[in-house]
Amino acid sequence: MELRVTDLKCLRGGIPVLDGVSLAVAEGQALILRGPNGIGKTTLLRTLAGLQPAEAGEIAYPAEEGAYASHEDGIKAALSVRENLSFWARVYGRRMDEAVLQAFDLVDLAERPAATLSSGQKRRLGLARLGVIGRKVLFLDEPTISLDRFSVKLFADFLRDQHLAKGGIAVIATHIDLGLEAPELDLAPFRAAPEVAGGSYEAFL
Amino acid sequence: MIALLMRDLRLAVRAGGGFGLGLAFFLIVVVLVPFGVGPNSDLLAKIAPGILWVAALLAALLSLDRIFALDHEDGSLALLATSPLPMEGAALAKAVAHWLTTGLPLTLAAPALGALLNLPGPAYSFLFVSLLIGTPALSVIGTFGAALTIGIRRGGLLLSLLVLPLYVPTLIFGAEAVRRGAEGLATGTPLIMLAGITAGAIALLPFAAAVALRINLR
Repeated sequence: MELRVTDLKCLRGGIPVLDGVSLAVAEGQALILRGPNGIGKTTLLRTLAGLQPAEAGEIAYPAEEGAYASHEDGIKAALSVRENLSFWARVYGRRMDEAVLQAFDLVDLAERPAATLSSGQKRRLGLARLGVIGRKVLFLDEPTISLDRFSVKLFADFLRDQHLAKGGIAVIATHIDLGLEAPELDLAPFRAAPEVAGGSYEAFL
Repeated sequence: MIALLMRDLRLAVRAGGGFGLGLAFFLIVVVLVPFGVGPNSDLLAKIAPGILWVAALLAALLSLDRIFALDHEDGSLALLATSPLPMEGAALAKAVAHWLTTGLPLTLAAPALGALLNLPGPAYSFLFVSLLIGTPALSVIGTFGAALTIGIRRGGLLLSLLVLPLYVPTLIFGAEAVRRGAEGLATGTPLIMLAGITAGAIALLPFAAAVALRINLR
């Protein structure tokens, strides 16, 4: 299993932002996406995850193994931490693994309604979702926002020991150093040339 | 799908979930009508089927914008879209959850409110049956409308404008069945038409809603 992207062109709001992106990530490897704000890291991740169609180029990975994690955590404030996680586990046809609570330091918070969590705790809950859904190819958009140093290490440990070590793949857009031994890809060279015609029909949708 | 349905039902009955909001609205509208048209019991009996159906329709409309908007705001909709659950299934689960929390309580409460409007005796069973058959269509059509308007800030009004015209056939045949029941006429035709609209909506609209969701999530 590997993730291979060839000559990908991505649009945001109908306007090309990235062009000619090619990358390959082998099993057990992570790739860190770098680049200034607005370069298209989120757009690239959303395109890879299948939330928006690619304008051109090819994306190849086992489609039933992909999972996406955005800036928002998809947490329901009225449900408890455990209910939130077991919901996502069930959507993916799995049972919730109690070890995940341990890995993200959520054991003491398990029965608390998510509404009472701090933003860092919510983020940990959002990332713990990745541990219960059992997908191999993860597309992570700024996973460490609002995490303290200790939680960043928890997350990096989870990625390294629970995910990559078991043959997973991760593509991560981040501005900080996660402490993973992973190659970095700077997106700046792939900035799309501005089109005089003003993009495609997608802009009108 | 079951997981999503159970989660939505659980969210609806928890604090701030809006369960009972539609029901309370239904109650208030029906109670207000006699104040508006006066205590003429013959007149009330005549307009009761229409009032009950219009009130049920507005009550169902009230909670439509919650169907997808909350999930869109907190990001769960994008996460659902990348999950193994097909969007068609998600739309159907959402519609079923909406019906269980809105349409079904309305159906159960309607006969009691019929008494407030002096609804003629034979019409009660037809009121119950027509709402039972017709309200699923309201939920499914509403889910489609909600899918079209996610991503629009304060899209509730636009949603009402989109959905109300689509509710017209359901309203016509639903109220007609109750009116005929009240007058002791045959109700077979409007009930069958109503069932046809519901069946068609359930069969087709989840697919339309899924397409609208995918486009809106881009």
